[in-house]
Amino acid sequence: MFNSFKQHMFLFEELTKRDFKKKYKRSVLGMGWSILSPLLQLLVLSLVFKHFFGRNMEHYTIYLFCGNLLYGYFKEATKGGMNSLVMNKAIITKINVPKYIFLLSKNISSLINFLINIGVFFVFCLVDGICFKWSFTLLIIPVVCLVIFNIGVGMILSAFYCVFKDVSYLYDIFTMLLMYMSAIFYTVDILPLNLQNCFYLNPVFCFIKYFRVIVVDGMIPSLGLHALCIGYAALLLILGCITYKKMGHKFVYYL
Amino acid sequence: MSVIKVDDVSIRYMRGDFRDIGIKDYVIKKLKGNYKITEFWADRHVSFTLEKGDMLGIIGTNGAGKSTLLKCISGVMRPTEGSVEVEGNVAALLELASGFDGELTVYENTYLRGAMLGYTREFMDSMYDKIIAFAELEDFQDRPFKQLSSGMKSRLAFSIACLVNPDVIILDEVLSVGDGGFKEKSGNKMKEVLSGGVTGILVSHTMKQVRELCNKVLWLNKGQQICFSDDVEAVTKAYEEFLITKKLPSSIEDIEDLAKKNDVRVARIQNRKKKLEQEKLFKLVETLDDASLQSLHELVEEHMQK
Repeated sequence: MFNSFKQHMFLFEELTKRDFKKKYKRSVLGMGWSILSPLLQLLVLSLVFKHFFGRNMEHYTIYLFCGNLLYGYFKEATKGGMNSLVMNKAIITKINVPKYIFLLSKNISSLINFLINIGVFFVFCLVDGICFKWSFTLLIIPVVCLVIFNIGVGMILSAFYCVFKDVSYLYDIFTMLLMYMSAIFYTVDILPLNLQNCFYLNPVFCFIKYFRVIVVDGMIPSLGLHALCIGYAALLLILGCITYKKMGHKFVYYL
Repeated sequence: MSVIKVDDVSIRYMRGDFRDIGIKDYVIKKLKGNYKITEFWADRHVSFTLEKGDMLGIIGTNGAGKSTLLKCISGVMRPTEGSVEVEGNVAALLELASGFDGELTVYENTYLRGAMLGYTREFMDSMYDKIIAFAELEDFQDRPFKQLSSGMKSRLAFSIACLVNPDVIILDEVLSVGDGGFKEKSGNKMKEVLSGGVTGILVSHTMKQVRELCNKVLWLNKGQQICFSDDVEAVTKAYEEFLITKKLPSSIEDIEDLAKKNDVRVARIQNRKKKLEQEKLFKLVETLDDASLQSLHELVEEHMQK
């Protein structure tokens, strides 16, 4: 697989460029939107929820930003991944190229967005009086895990999306549910302890939690949380690869 | 050593499975127990081998399974049964303009297509000017691709596929691209590429083209392989006869038979044409007066003496 990827590096670069360019083609602000849109979301969320949940909490805006940042990236990357095969069907049904290339290129262009947003996030931290600590470098772990996790989810979704177009609608509902289950704008402390533990079944919550422990609480996450983040990423990637391996040559019939 | 080896290939499409009917109907039909898949074999037991430098013409009516077979050879599809072995890189010209992105510029699309065909950036850097010059699109390099005319789009696709020196080239009804001038240029380029030892497969409905370019021919009909032969002349003629009489040959002798019948038919048509012309001439002579008849006579005699 590595060899074939090296061989298709050029294609990968060109596809990534294409995806990135097309995204902002017709908007006036162009890439500015990738910064502006999460900020506006943050503004709305904090206007609505600050008085409900953030009254006796320090750094509530940052807390909110953590959740929205990671959840936003998860949603964008997986939705893009889901569409990647169907969107490129004109190519896939005509030319023999590895199908995962389309998924990866789409993921990379959302990753670039995400990285820009992380930059904005750090600026907000500074404004809110959170200074950069060395523990911040640990954030690379959840970021890498989330990237892998998103690729795995994208693989599974794109495979099923080829076959069932209904997946797209179901996934919209599912992401909405996931948003409420990820404790983006509330804290789980208000819930009973065994219910709190249920949140760890949600991978997105684990990634968000990791960010919050480091940035908001200023602590180092437990080993258990590390294991969860890495475990979820590995699991989904393996599942995704199995799906592609099993269905890879059948996509053409369904596109 | 054969470059392309197609061994007893069959390709099956499924009809009526969940791709067709959606998840709701799928569940309902599964529950009711009347969920049914029908099979459709696009190709059945197709076998042939091509050596280096061979040019194969695939002929057959619409829906004969030609394009599906090409997809299999270019690696887009896997055969349901049998095997396909291809050596070297394949430049497939299946429906030229597909796979381009309307929003990107001509420049970006050229690189994207080159990447899809498996070439490196360095190679595309060195070929880019030639490709654009051949496609005659120098003034359009920074235009969005969707603003080009469809002829220009095909010209670009043709230029990319031809100038990159593939080992195997697959052409699906693409040899009549562009306007008159470009058609001639592309035809010559094609002949040049083919004489360079490339192995090629050509799908065409123009028998004259097949006879000119190919040294082997494969005849498909509704997925069945009618014949694979290097007697291009006979098979194409038999095919032309089939198009008129709708009668399939059942053996190799039959093909020769059909080809002869076609010869007879062609000769008869030519005879009739000749006769018609003669009759026209006679009628013309009848209308002439004595003086002009005399001068015509003198002209003919003069001509005979020469």
